[in-house]
Amino acid sequence: MIESENQDYNELIKGIWRDNPVFVQVLGMCPMLAVTNSAINAIAMGMATLFVLVGSSFLVATFKKWIPKQIRISCFIIIIATFVTVADYTLLALIPTVHKELGAFIPLIVANCMILGRQEAFASKNTVRLAVMDALGMSAGFVFALFTLGAVREILGSGSLFGVDLFGGAFEPWIIMILPPGGFLTLGLILFFFNWVTHRREIFLERVAEAERSGS
Amino acid sequence: MTEIITANRPDAEADPPPIRLIATLALAGLISGVAIVGIFEATFETIAVNKARELRAAVFKVLPGVSQMQELTYADEQLVPVTEGMSSENSIYAGYDKELNFVGYAIPGEGPGFQDTIKLLYGYIPADRKVMGMEVLESRETPGLGDKIYKDDVFVGSFRDLPIDPIIEVVKKGRGGKDNQVDAITGATISSRAVVRIINENNAKWLDNLPSPGSEPGLRVETNEVVHD
Amino acid sequence: MQELFWIFISSLLINNFVLTYFLGICPFLGVSNSLETSFRLGLATTFVMLVTALCAWVLNTYLLIYAPYLRLISFIVVIASTVQFIEMLIKKMSPTLFRALGIFLPLITTNCAILGLAIFSTNRGYGFLEGITYALGAGFGFTIAMVLLAGLREESELSEVPALIEGTAMNLIIAGILSMAFMGFAGLFSST
Repeated sequence: MIESENQDYNELIKGIWRDNPVFVQVLGMCPMLAVTNSAINAIAMGMATLFVLVGSSFLVATFKKWIPKQIRISCFIIIIATFVTVADYTLLALIPTVHKELGAFIPLIVANCMILGRQEAFASKNTVRLAVMDALGMSAGFVFALFTLGAVREILGSGSLFGVDLFGGAFEPWIIMILPPGGFLTLGLILFFFNWVTHRREIFLERVAEAERSGS
Repeated sequence: MTEIITANRPDAEADPPPIRLIATLALAGLISGVAIVGIFEATFETIAVNKARELRAAVFKVLPGVSQMQELTYADEQLVPVTEGMSSENSIYAGYDKELNFVGYAIPGEGPGFQDTIKLLYGYIPADRKVMGMEVLESRETPGLGDKIYKDDVFVGSFRDLPIDPIIEVVKKGRGGKDNQVDAITGATISSRAVVRIINENNAKWLDNLPSPGSEPGLRVETNEVVHD
Repeated sequence: MQELFWIFISSLLINNFVLTYFLGICPFLGVSNSLETSFRLGLATTFVMLVTALCAWVLNTYLLIYAPYLRLISFIVVIASTVQFIEMLIKKMSPTLFRALGIFLPLITTNCAILGLAIFSTNRGYGFLEGITYALGAGFGFTIAMVLLAGLREESELSEVPALIEGTAMNLIIAGILSMAFMGFAGLFSST
């Protein structure tokens, strides 16, 4: 029991940092760069993706025995597209202002390779419980990445966060950050930062190992 | 359907016969179709209400004093209210005040801006030959510069009480002074010009064909657009 | 005519699919390490986009006016199967053309730029001619972006790049600078 709970926890947590779908695996970038010009848009997109990923992983893991191998990709895509359509209409009905901002990028969640990737690599091979845990973790990582990008771009590009002015006019916003080039540059620099952190960690672990060797 | 599937499946590990593949796909498609139609039916009304409310808000904004509206289009060279089943592609909106008197038209227009197509709606009073207000519905102009075409109150305000004859002109700030001139936004001359050009183009397209002042179509109550603000 | 020209230039330069809408980034970053491959992939994408525009127009005119909610699912299914069918056709009819373009076709079908094209042109209410023009502009725009990035990457292979920023991080920053350069095209149409 403890073992299985531990595994649940592992599947949940790995997506957030170690296997972060955006920062580490560099997947699902097209929806994420286009809508991250403000934190609120980023979160809305992240939530829509979370709904689609968790829903499809649940269904795929439940019905995996009945889906023949030859047509599995088509079945996955039908399932994903259905969830995306549901998300699209729900968002349009409930929060039309956000839907207007995200616009055509909601249907494009279908083409987010991360979602199809999780079905193929994980949900179709694991129990329902693990698949949902994995989907939750991966989506959390995706939301985290979107939010980081959206927040950085909004703070630098509009001088605000969630629409609340942060600097009281004392800061001249870098408009370029909320324009398309800002998306590329910010993600490029964040990947650089991730590489740097990983690199430092490796050096640190090496030193620890060395110290242990010389100590003993 | 499941019976067909199992009957044609002697062994789970072997290649399943094509009928089973087709049946599974058909079943998946069927379930997905039901789900999609379900969500569409469930949200249809809210979405329609939201859209109508948004449009009405825009029309009331560009035509001050208006409290009711209806959509008009040309059929047999006559401006008639749009009824259900009619194409609403090429239409304008008529605004009426509380006593159901005709006030003016709200005309939608679109055209290339600095970055992408700008869509807007403007109010026009035929009796005075004046533009009464302008509202940008959709644009992707540069934040901080081009987006002033809807964020800058002075620019938006200059479309109130703006005579359209002989044509609306854009001038640099402080260079104008005539009634039919609009001051361009500093740093966003191109976006400012685009807005004015869209209005001029739609004036040319619509104004000559409008019924003479006084003979505008009255409000059809059946259209049920009657909502008091 | 003037409107078609605006659609073409807008999708080619001002609103380039890759550099302003971030569509088709995966092949943009993944495949663009040689000029030759990038160019061919670009042409193949343009071809698939034309087919997509045609499919989208047929679906929009004959099916989706009755059932708008089937838009997404029918786009995906119809476009993917049409492209697959054409791939088989090319393989039979012209092996040379297949060698030049065919190997990319399955890869392109899953590209978000394709679905994006269908959805964008539907949202804008484009008709047949407008849709085809949009597809041509978007396809050539994609090719231009791919070729430019490939050229810059080939160049950067010869220079010393710090290991930490090599790879995707640097490509993204190059793309950002390209995107900034393309901002210069904005306003091409309204300046007169």
